[in-house]
Amino acid sequence: MQWEVVIGLEIHAQLATKSKIFSGASTAYGAEPNTQACAVDLGLPGVLPVFNKEALRMAVKFGLANNCEITRRSVFARKNYFYPDLPKGYQISQMDHPIVARGELEIELEDGSTKVIGITRAHLEEDAGKSLHEDFHGMTGIDLNRAGTPLLEIVSEPDMRSAKEAVAYMKKIHSLVQYLEICDGNMQEGSFRCDANVSIRPKGQQEYGTRAELKNINSFRFVERAINIEVERQIDVLEAGGKVVQETRLYDADKNETRSMRSKEEAFDYRYFPDPDLLPVEIDDAYIEAIRATLPELPDAKKRRFIDEYKLKADDASTLTSDRALSGFFEAVVKEGEDAKLAANWVISELLGALNKNGMALADSPVTADMLGGMIKRIKDNTISGKIAKQVFAAMWEGEGDADAIIEAKGLKQVTDSGAIEKIVDEVLANNQAQVEQYRGGNEKVLGFFVGQVMKASQGKANPSQVNQLLRVKLQG
Amino acid sequence: MSIERSDIEKIAHLARLEVAEADVPEYVRNLSNVFDLVAQMDSVDTDSVEPMAHPMEMVQRLRDDVATESDQREHFQQIAPQTENGLYLVPKVIE
Repeated sequence: MQWEVVIGLEIHAQLATKSKIFSGASTAYGAEPNTQACAVDLGLPGVLPVFNKEALRMAVKFGLANNCEITRRSVFARKNYFYPDLPKGYQISQMDHPIVARGELEIELEDGSTKVIGITRAHLEEDAGKSLHEDFHGMTGIDLNRAGTPLLEIVSEPDMRSAKEAVAYMKKIHSLVQYLEICDGNMQEGSFRCDANVSIRPKGQQEYGTRAELKNINSFRFVERAINIEVERQIDVLEAGGKVVQETRLYDADKNETRSMRSKEEAFDYRYFPDPDLLPVEIDDAYIEAIRATLPELPDAKKRRFIDEYKLKADDASTLTSDRALSGFFEAVVKEGEDAKLAANWVISELLGALNKNGMALADSPVTADMLGGMIKRIKDNTISGKIAKQVFAAMWEGEGDADAIIEAKGLKQVTDSGAIEKIVDEVLANNQAQVEQYRGGNEKVLGFFVGQVMKASQGKANPSQVNQLLRVKLQG
Repeated sequence: MSIERSDIEKIAHLARLEVAEADVPEYVRNLSNVFDLVAQMDSVDTDSVEPMAHPMEMVQRLRDDVATESDQREHFQQIAPQTENGLYLVPKVIE
């Protein structure tokens, strides 16, 4: 049987507000437990939620960036369930009138093709606290600092047909929320999380199969693995004549398996109803247009511009625009170094390589855009060769100063004095008569050997194109 | 429409309420009456009526995004049955 995989994602993005969605408690990460949980977050009797202006603005901004409909009159609802990290016994969320309605997003797949994924809705809600199940004498510890942190839950249509598509979609949203500066995207700290609804159906069948919901997957790698392993499980179940049950499953990264979290009898009945503590939120066109005017250049548009303006390859443009800070860094390098191709190569292979190797973020790079641009300038004006530049880059990375200072201090200036190069070439030819005879006998491949010898003798400082030219002339005899 | 005993049990469980066995028949009767009334209202054609989100004809006021609350953990934790290292302790909730 040929099976088709159907995936929809629910992404939870913590909005980067200073205070909580319905209270004035701070949202800063990493505080001592429960020091940022006020009476509203604790659900103490008599408190009332008051909606954070900034959370609304951020949600609308997200909607506009994806051509979503923006709801002029949205309503908060209570989602009722019992869990100790939700002290009120309900989560304030949105049901019938979410702030952001239908829109769409284009993702790019590995083979360069694109696909449009529908966004069903994006609604505002409050995050719950954290349960710590370590050893508290057989009890569970509750930290409510996170309770009340604003979340934007972005729900996709079941439009994805493979784990790879799901990852591409998730990465796109991840990049987008950071471009929009509405979420810091930090997956380790839980600022950006994902649940995946996964089902399979015989290829060609119209109706969807029964889905399982995979909870709280906190890395791109795990999304792909969790979906693939769940698809295998469902195929096994169906092909053995069984039935997939609708349930929530947890992905265990250590064992690389998914397992049932909530049995069917415990199936939740959330009993949504409009929250009487909160009035409907009304916004008008002027409000929406004012936010539209603040939209930055988005990844797709920036990528197109990089290809047009800098003549970059599509791959390179994708890499450089995947992150807003990286695209800004690249443009600063171009401005300083005045060569877009060199800038792209150096940023992608050397800089990103060094950052990855050291597990560092761009913001922590010891080599600034100005420094890298300054070095590229020296490649362009033939002060150094590309090969020597690698030495210069390594020294800049080690904090030895900017390119000019390093070139000066280490005496790396390229030799372009043809007299000096000629002297080295003559010596090399004199010392390697056998190879000279080979060349003259028609074996032109030994030219590379001579170039290598001359570069070595000059400690890499001879201008390679001059060396080539001189060698050819001299070898012809 | 009438309510069954099992519905009462389910609702009570979802709300984590303990209901005395002897009270169940009365709950069944009372809630059935409420549901019958709702069923009666259901017969009214409300297609052109927008569902009411709130009884007051007002809109939500918004708050500026400023952290105004100070740490009152000690104060709040005085009423908690058990705390440790700043955490509220509750009976183990994971299987």
